[in-house]
Amino acid sequence: MSVQSINHKREWQRYDRKAGLVRWLCWLIGLAVFVWCWQKISVGTEWSFVLDAPEQGADIIGRMLPPDWGYANTLMRPLWDTLNMATLGTMIAIFIAVPLAFLAAQNTTPSALFARPFALFCIVASRSINSVIWALVLVMILGPGVLAGTIAIALRSVGFIGKLLYEAIEETDHRPADAMASTGASQAQVISYGVVPQVMPVFAGIAVFRWDINIRESTILGLVGAGGLGIQLNSSIGNLDWSRVSVILLAIFATVIVSEWVSARIRKAVT
Amino acid sequence: MAEALPPVMGRQWRRPPVITSTSLRWFIFIGTALYLVVGFATLDVNWQRIAQGWERGQRFLGGFAPPDFASRGDAIFDGVLESLWMAFAATVVGIILSIPIGVGGARNLVPPPVYVMCRSFMAITRTLPEILVAIIFVKLFGFGTFAGFVTLTFATIGYFGKLLAEDIEAVNQAPLEAMRAAGASWLQRLNYAVQPLVMPRAIGIAIYRLDMNFRESAVIGIVGAGGIGATLNTAFDRYEFPTAAAILLVIIVIVLGSEYLSAFCRRLVR
Amino acid sequence: MPSLRLENLVKRYERTGYDALKSISFTITEGQIVALIGPSGAGKSTLIRCVNRLVEPTSGKVMWGDTDIVSLNTEQLRRARRKIGMIFQEFALVDRLSVMENVLSGRLGYVNFWQSLTRNFPQKDVDEAFRLLDRVGLTEFVDKRADKLSGGQRQRVGIARALMQDPDLLLVDEPTASLDPKTSRQIMRLISELCRERKLTAVINIHDVPLAKMFAERVIGLKAGAVVFDGPSEHLAGEVLTRIYGEEDWEEAGQRALMKFVQLGDAAPTVDPTRLAGLR
Repeated sequence: MSVQSINHKREWQRYDRKAGLVRWLCWLIGLAVFVWCWQKISVGTEWSFVLDAPEQGADIIGRMLPPDWGYANTLMRPLWDTLNMATLGTMIAIFIAVPLAFLAAQNTTPSALFARPFALFCIVASRSINSVIWALVLVMILGPGVLAGTIAIALRSVGFIGKLLYEAIEETDHRPADAMASTGASQAQVISYGVVPQVMPVFAGIAVFRWDINIRESTILGLVGAGGLGIQLNSSIGNLDWSRVSVILLAIFATVIVSEWVSARIRKAVT
Repeated sequence: MAEALPPVMGRQWRRPPVITSTSLRWFIFIGTALYLVVGFATLDVNWQRIAQGWERGQRFLGGFAPPDFASRGDAIFDGVLESLWMAFAATVVGIILSIPIGVGGARNLVPPPVYVMCRSFMAITRTLPEILVAIIFVKLFGFGTFAGFVTLTFATIGYFGKLLAEDIEAVNQAPLEAMRAAGASWLQRLNYAVQPLVMPRAIGIAIYRLDMNFRESAVIGIVGAGGIGATLNTAFDRYEFPTAAAILLVIIVIVLGSEYLSAFCRRLVR
Repeated sequence: MPSLRLENLVKRYERTGYDALKSISFTITEGQIVALIGPSGAGKSTLIRCVNRLVEPTSGKVMWGDTDIVSLNTEQLRRARRKIGMIFQEFALVDRLSVMENVLSGRLGYVNFWQSLTRNFPQKDVDEAFRLLDRVGLTEFVDKRADKLSGGQRQRVGIARALMQDPDLLLVDEPTASLDPKTSRQIMRLISELCRERKLTAVINIHDVPLAKMFAERVIGLKAGAVVFDGPSEHLAGEVLTRIYGEEDWEEAGQRALMKFVQLGDAAPTVDPTRLAGLR
């Protein structure tokens, strides 16, 4: 109780003593951890280099402007590749993620012992590994190119879409599904009539959201050889050709902004 | 009664299509089909290369059985630790810095010029992919965890700031108005009427961001910004598949663990 | 205590050219309880909010004693608002905070930021908070979260919060719109008792005509942004109500209201029911 009676005078504190002490302790621990982390970072850092940075930065920016506009034409094909990787990758991911999500959701999984843990593991594994790492692995297996990038995007997106989708499935109102079951419908019918209509708008939003993120990620997969704008970026940085770098950055920037706008519009239309 | 039925019986019913305009429907169908054909065509599948790479891929998969934690154990350990403290420090500093920017991005609290400035800054930090930012900062600050730390902080500000701004804008305006009517200052209104309503979700997002920062740190290490990513890159370069498999498993486990932790913390705060 | 005088108060929305308030003028002497009635969209809420400038008037003066509230700068306005308590229709409490914190927030204008951040309010404020919570009957709820209370209880927290400011003027915006009939009367009774105890000037925005008649001595009727009636509540009868609200069988409405009171079996209204029944 935060109200204490002391000498017939009622006092009030926001947290009683125990809660207050706990909060204070948490802050202290957090601070201690943070200081320790900072120490570790400082140890490994060449501070002279860091202080040098603004000067270096100004130098690079000077060389980045003016952007090499003539270069922009050669970017068309890589841009198309990038968009492709994102779109096709998302589509492939949808094909895999949707059944996986239904296997993973508690209320629609056919078997809680085998199917569900398996589906959950797939989703988690795919989510924890960033698309760049997937791309690394795939470039090694399939060779550099757009194919590796597309599959990398797909593999990563499966986890993202799968997780959000199965959470949405679990959050659906169970009453329509119960009503379907009470008419004697099979499990598949119950799902298609009672669950699917509820998750459709959410699913559309998730898919478009992931597509938008994928565009951003595809632009850089080329850095590890997986095709798209990233390849140009890699070679330009390698050649220290900064004015070309800035054109590529601008192209990436513009693409991302457009895709974000498109995805925001679609998501608003769908909710 | 039975008289009314005959005209009705035998009438067909089909579910109306989602897109009502027929021409639009056909356009979308054909357009999508065309795109798929063209798109997949440009994928440029080189079957020979795949056959070659397949063998290497099998070796990679073989590295998982069993994964090798031992031979490069200390490198893995150091790498993971590096990633963890980079992520933690970046989350803390990032959140501290994003509070003023996030508050400044809330239309119901600040005048328009401040709003525009803060929102643009957040948009820029979010549009640039993290690896690019990492490359830039590595160029500026040299290899190592500092560059990684700055990169992750940058990303955190954009992400957390935007969610904070949106949450603040969505907050119930009534208590804010009541405080204004009672003569409370701007800071007091923020602390009394906005903060309690925004905190629970903010904490959840902060923990989620910590999780994300750890995952990102694995990636930016590839371009030299420190952490487990660098270790992974080295392992791949040397074709040390069992080690690489071990690192991947470690990443998965830590991400899983931090997710459970974050879900737990979020439930506590609710 | 000063009096409240509105002089030619106008509120116009530039974008739509809509005049929410068309030159309102009236004076309220200290200690008076005035009910503001009128149909939806008449401008009652706008008027109340112009007094403490939650809505900025387009022109005109709001004289509180010798001060024109409209001409105050931000800092002066803040200090003036401290003395004006406001009670809201939807209670306007901070849901996640406790009842005590919500009541204490009435003192925010009097403490500095650090005190409010650490919730370190002066003991006399805490004493007054306990006193008010006892007075409104919420002593057991001191540490309960505000969103765990019923509508009537929440409004009582709102009342306690407004009174914590130790105001000279009370602005009340539709206090009973979100409450059931019985609770509405309890709240209105509480408000009018407190006003009389503390000799507060009060403007109460209310759409329930019988309640207005019961608890206010003077009624101002607003229609389409202009004052169409200003007089003692006894004079609120058939043709006056028609002027304000439009055609309606006011006698029948009065009978219905009376029946509601009788059915609820609550304590007899402190006002002679024949005043209510005889709406002629």
